Amino acid sequence: MNELHHLGVAELAAAIADKKTSSVEAAQHLLARAKEHQNLGAYLAFNEDLTLAQAQAADARIAAGERGPLLGVPLAHKDIFVTQGFPTTAGSKMLAGYQSPFDATVVSQLAAAGAVTLGKLNCDEFAMGSGNDNSAYAPVHNPWDTARVPGGSSGGSAAAVAARLVPAATGTDTGGSIRQPASFTGITGIKPTYGRCSRYGMVAFASSLDQAGPMARSAADCATLLSAMAGPDIDRDSTSLDHPAEDYTRLLGLAREGAMAAMPLKGLRIGLPTEFFGAGCAPDVLAAVRAALSEYEKLGATLVDISLPRTELSIPVYYIIAPAEASSNLSRFDGVKFGHRAAKFDDLADMYKKSRSEGFGPEVQRRIMIGTYVLSHGYYDAYYLKAQQIRRLIAQDFQQAFTQCDVIAGPVAPTVAWKIGEKSDDPVANYLADIYTLSTSLAGLPGMSVPAGFGAANMPVGLQLVGNYFKEGELLQTAHAFQQATDWHTRAPQGF
Amino acid sequence: MSLTLSDIGRIANLARLELSGTQSERMLGQLNGFFDIVEQMNAVDTTGVEPLAHPTAVIDHVSLRLRPDVASEPNNREANQKSAPAVERGLFLVPKVIE
Amino acid sequence: MSSSKSLLVHGYEVVIGFETHAQLATQSKIFSRAPTAFGAEPNTQACAVDLALPGTLPVMNRGAVEHAIRLGLALGSHIAEQSVFARKNYFYPDLPKGYQISQFEIPVVQGGEVSFFLGDEKKTVRLVRAHLEEDAGKSLHEEFHGMSGIDLNRAGTPLLEIVTEPDMRSSAEAVAYAKELHKTVTWIGICDGNMQEGSFRCDANVSVRKPGAELGTRREIKNLNSFKFMQQAIDYEVRWQIEQIEDGHAIQQATVLFDPDTGETRAMRTKEDAADYRYFPDPDLPPLVIARDWVEQVKANMPELPRQMAERLVRDYGLPEYDATTVTQSPAMAAYFETTAKASGQAKMASNWIMGEVSRRLNNEEKDIAQVPVSADTLAALLKRIADGTVSNNAAKQVMDALWSGEGQDVDAVIEAKGLKQMNDSGALEKIIDEVMAANAPMVEQFRAGKDKAFNALVGLVMKASKGKANPQQANDLLKQKLQ
Repeated sequence: MNELHHLGVAELAAAIADKKTSSVEAAQHLLARAKEHQNLGAYLAFNEDLTLAQAQAADARIAAGERGPLLGVPLAHKDIFVTQGFPTTAGSKMLAGYQSPFDATVVSQLAAAGAVTLGKLNCDEFAMGSGNDNSAYAPVHNPWDTARVPGGSSGGSAAAVAARLVPAATGTDTGGSIRQPASFTGITGIKPTYGRCSRYGMVAFASSLDQAGPMARSAADCATLLSAMAGPDIDRDSTSLDHPAEDYTRLLGLAREGAMAAMPLKGLRIGLPTEFFGAGCAPDVLAAVRAALSEYEKLGATLVDISLPRTELSIPVYYIIAPAEASSNLSRFDGVKFGHRAAKFDDLADMYKKSRSEGFGPEVQRRIMIGTYVLSHGYYDAYYLKAQQIRRLIAQDFQQAFTQCDVIAGPVAPTVAWKIGEKSDDPVANYLADIYTLSTSLAGLPGMSVPAGFGAANMPVGLQLVGNYFKEGELLQTAHAFQQATDWHTRAPQGF
Repeated sequence: MSLTLSDIGRIANLARLELSGTQSERMLGQLNGFFDIVEQMNAVDTTGVEPLAHPTAVIDHVSLRLRPDVASEPNNREANQKSAPAVERGLFLVPKVIE
Repeated sequence: MSSSKSLLVHGYEVVIGFETHAQLATQSKIFSRAPTAFGAEPNTQACAVDLALPGTLPVMNRGAVEHAIRLGLALGSHIAEQSVFARKNYFYPDLPKGYQISQFEIPVVQGGEVSFFLGDEKKTVRLVRAHLEEDAGKSLHEEFHGMSGIDLNRAGTPLLEIVTEPDMRSSAEAVAYAKELHKTVTWIGICDGNMQEGSFRCDANVSVRKPGAELGTRREIKNLNSFKFMQQAIDYEVRWQIEQIEDGHAIQQATVLFDPDTGETRAMRTKEDAADYRYFPDPDLPPLVIARDWVEQVKANMPELPRQMAERLVRDYGLPEYDATTVTQSPAMAAYFETTAKASGQAKMASNWIMGEVSRRLNNEEKDIAQVPVSADTLAALLKRIADGTVSNNAAKQVMDALWSGEGQDVDAVIEAKGLKQMNDSGALEKIIDEVMAANAPMVEQFRAGKDKAFNALVGLVMKASKGKANPQQANDLLKQKLQ
């Protein structure tokens, strides 16, 4: 099979299980393809021997009669997840060549399910960015138009999945880093409830916001990965929620209670925040989103107008809280125990400053500066504390909204993917473009991006779906119903 | 409010970052640009609002999980120091620490 | 509140507050599963979490929290239903994360007090708080071609930082406070109290002022790792501050180190911007919630505290306050006393022997009561023999020597073997007395002539003739009769 890169997770798992191909063959094919398309900048590291060893082990398990939805399926991990055998850089010069002595919990859980690791995927440095142009190694190109960004910070994951270099990948979402690149590259991605997936082994950006999630072509494949990734990590992560792991595929294809197969979403109330549909959103994006919503009406859903009044505030609130936590999380990179150390320095203080200034890129330094400032003496109350208070109001706004609807829908981003370099000199412009994803992250709610058509320059547009806490199953069911009725998620970019 | 170059210097020193003159100038402009959009927070009345440190605390009470007091981590020094810039006799080497 | 009328030094009142870092006697670190044992090879007990390797996260040790509850119960503090861990941000090579996880606004132990005797005056020092935090690693300053070596084995060891009000008014009171706190934490088993190894580290905040004046500017003396140095350091610091003020210099707030060699304190090189720690609640750790029933459970398992026990010994055994305080220096000594007292029925004699004969021997051999070679029951058996007149007090000391050296184990066997039994058979004694009187007629005459001194001399001769076995009282009485 030489076209197996077109297969999604489910089809590939089935083909391997039915011996139509093997895990080793799939891994070799996808490795070759990944290298063939290195100009996309999606991959940062491979370890062919390790990958093939894992594939052989998976084939052995299959030969022994074992079955599993991920058994033998090649995946790739965002370089934010620490891995044994592959270097982990977090897209930063600071961690060039860093070898972790342990695997992230999410990585080991996927490995236990029989998934094979193809390599590590490019991302914005320490997951800080929305264009993947903040990687210290290479910008990632959007396979739909290689002159454009794939979104960020999980841009490598998004580009690799969209370009059929891998059927699915892990990503992390702190303020939209799964949803926005998924939207920009026409794939499906879900950020679960904060604390659903263990953060152990994720290089920390903002501890109270970081959350791992799957990125794939379909909601069904996302559900399969999430089922293996989620679950409490009692021994390693104090913020991982004490909720038992679920089978997130259980509701897929089922009609909602009391609904008929013809109208599977009958009774579903989809809330549309007026703040998400204003002048701030580009018309081409709004058009695609509205088309998708009328599709949902055909499936039986009803649309209700709601309000998330503090949507605009989510930008300053997020860009105070996330940098504050980041400035502290990144203090461990001091050139003492691991990471970059300057070649020349006068004394200890000088070693710290030179090592950190050489190791961190401009956006990371900017956020460390903002975070250090808002926590510093005399400013804490006015900025950090105030932001955490408004954060509660924002979270309460969502709880208010969920009394009127079951799911909230809207655009993921105000525009389609922009041209590489277009915003790189204007950090604030980048921050403003996160407006529709930040509030969900601040509230810790599950959110996803579902391919909803195309906008300007024929670039993909994603529909954002936000559910209440722990409603990942219902979200995926809602997204899956849409993907049963549409084929946006099956479209591949020209030449891939 | 608007930051000054001396603020930038103080913060950079706190954060152990070394910024050249031109870098400081750029940083100043960008930070002030950011703090312009922060202004709108002042208009929000947050009296009596408890800060939200852990998102899911909005719906239910979160409390710290405690683990039993058992020492189970084996010595893994070699692997742990694999990426260390300078090690001698198992110690991390740094420029002289003066107290 | 310190009840003491402050004793002035050159017209200045001394004001001292303490911050004590007690390492908690847990098996594992406060936020990781690495062992806490002292003295391992460098960085062999620093796991990925302790080294702050990318991706690691803290998970709280229940044992450390329980130790904090024990301290709170022992000192009558409020144990917070909910307390919060915060990050204290600063760069230092022995601080792997670039921040220390500590407690800032809401500590786990709030208020409480430490009471003790200074001479015979009862003192009480109020506590502000005790909070949980992680210890840092160590910088080794021995030469590594101009570099320092960092050992992170200690990083993440659980600490309770115990902070007092500035209630102490003299170095003697400060040392007495530190000793009482040390006794308490070791007594309830939350700290091994080893000051050399840094398990119990005291920082003293010292200032001076004219009586009734505002609090003076304080200087903090760091890491006082022995009670002796503590007193020396504070006395030096007080003299130094008074001299400065008398010379018209203002005291600058500073952190100082005590140099045992010179006996002086010197200001440490101040960490730049150490003032701005950028504290904020640690997003990796939800609030620490302590249920009341947990506190009740811990309370149920608390040992009787030294002060309570001393009061009980006075009440139940009629011991003097001094004896009671002395024998409750450690749980081991207290247990040794009480077993001896019970088994012998001779409480006062027991405290005398433990404070005297036993302690003296232990000191000579630099041993701890836990290593005493003579069991409480054996000592009790010996005390019984003194009480029932079988041996004299002096003879009993010889018995003790044999038991201590291991030459003998059974009290009566030793008395027998060494022939130390007192002669209580009056017939034999009368015979000796008659002989002595016959052999010393002149002395007898002198006595009868009214020279009382002669009587003592005769008694001495009788005892001598009996080779010390005569019961002195009995010898007295019989001799008196015969001399009538």
